[in-house]
Amino acid sequence: MVDVEVSLRVDGTDHRLTVDTRTSVLDALRERLGNTSPKKGCDHGQCGACTVLLDGRRVNSCLALAVAHDGATVVTAAGLAPAGQLHPMQACFIRHDAFQCGYCTPGQIVSAVAMLAEAAAGWPSAVTADGAGRGGGAVVLDDDEIRERMSGNLCRCAAYANIVPAVAEMARR
Amino acid sequence: MRPFRYERANDVSGAVALLAGTPNGAFLGGGTNLVDLMRLDVARPELLVDVRRLTSDRIEELPDGRVRVGAAVPNSDLAADPLIRARYPAVSEALLSGASGQLRNLATTGGNLLQRTRCVYFQNVSTPCNKRDPGAGCSAIDGHHWDLAILGASEACVATHPSDLAVALVALDAVVLTEGADGERRIPITELHRLPDREPHRDTILQHGELITAVELPPLPWATRSRYRKVRDRASYAFALVSAVVVLDTADGVVRDVRIGLGGVAHRPWRALVAEQALRGGPATEERFRQAAEAELAAARPLPGNAFKVRLARNTLVRTLLDVNEGRR
Repeated sequence: MVDVEVSLRVDGTDHRLTVDTRTSVLDALRERLGNTSPKKGCDHGQCGACTVLLDGRRVNSCLALAVAHDGATVVTAAGLAPAGQLHPMQACFIRHDAFQCGYCTPGQIVSAVAMLAEAAAGWPSAVTADGAGRGGGAVVLDDDEIRERMSGNLCRCAAYANIVPAVAEMARR
Repeated sequence: MRPFRYERANDVSGAVALLAGTPNGAFLGGGTNLVDLMRLDVARPELLVDVRRLTSDRIEELPDGRVRVGAAVPNSDLAADPLIRARYPAVSEALLSGASGQLRNLATTGGNLLQRTRCVYFQNVSTPCNKRDPGAGCSAIDGHHWDLAILGASEACVATHPSDLAVALVALDAVVLTEGADGERRIPITELHRLPDREPHRDTILQHGELITAVELPPLPWATRSRYRKVRDRASYAFALVSAVVVLDTADGVVRDVRIGLGGVAHRPWRALVAEQALRGGPATEERFRQAAEAELAAARPLPGNAFKVRLARNTLVRTLLDVNEGRR
């Protein structure tokens, strides 16, 4: 065991904690700070259930070591909106019934929020129609774009048929 | 996961010195592959030296037209960079065809090139593997062949290199800048990755403790006509069965120059020099494209379970040549 002290700002609250160097950001959130919003699906970076915003970017928190992200700002699905309120993306998921068991949902929602910001910044994807060779401007998010950009979030209930319309509604706003 | 010490250095030479003194240590970049391999007990470092903040995270154009990409540039930033998209679209396409949005945000340029094979027998400590445990034997040769190599393999190892980015960089003759205990080096990326031979545990020619600090793309005006095509078992978020990158310069229907890389077919990103030679100076026609692809793949030695990849590689390369030649994306 090698213990280290790290600071994390999680959903607006600063925390200082001692962790083993092996501790992932995901385990620090769930096991040490009691924030069970991000879920442990595969713990191998393949399912996306653990997606959080780490210093503003969506990442798989299971592959990020807490010690390597000392001082980072983390936003989970639970912290997207002020306490007691829904983020508009969460409202879209509810309106479209974009889940069945709900286990992947916090990761889906954080990922979708970050994905819209990426598209607004003009980041291309593998299916961007005007080609990766051309730059500039926000991307129009049709269903193909949404599916490609959300492919890092698996849903074993296969609620994709409702997840895509939920994200599409938010993308149109 | 086994316990390990974690260190940061003030600069690259400090990081190199830290690792040089610990044979069983590793550099940590984004961690998207290494942390997973540690959790699988495939990688067992006793020391991680975090280099994510040590190398440049910038993309800059040099006065002579080269473009230098810092090793810490995240995959997503490199893929979205306007200069890269305009001058080297195949680099952007290769990156965007790999992993997921979340992984591309964590993964670094240097780390992408040094990721380990996704051969399932390498990643499973219960199956013998020469790459993981030299001399243990290869489980893959008698196993499931679907995603294994067809070119340049050995009796010791039939694994493939997983990086999409590396395939594009090989075709573009990129140069990898490193710093190690013996000083700085400039390594043509075509020489960075090895064929397995009898030492499949060595993926690259890098020495222990030698750190990639940047990647340089040469000025290549006709690289604007390039693209990356990837064929895989599902439409997104999967490693390549076969991929091809083509950079093509034609005039009046004749191939003036061409660069070709193939992915998913060998232990290293494959530069298709035979096909390039067959195409230079000849007509840019589908028939010639097919002949060139077949000439390259004449050296293929598939396993019983992946013979399909020879035809798949040929067709993927021909289609990519046609796409670039006809200005299709």
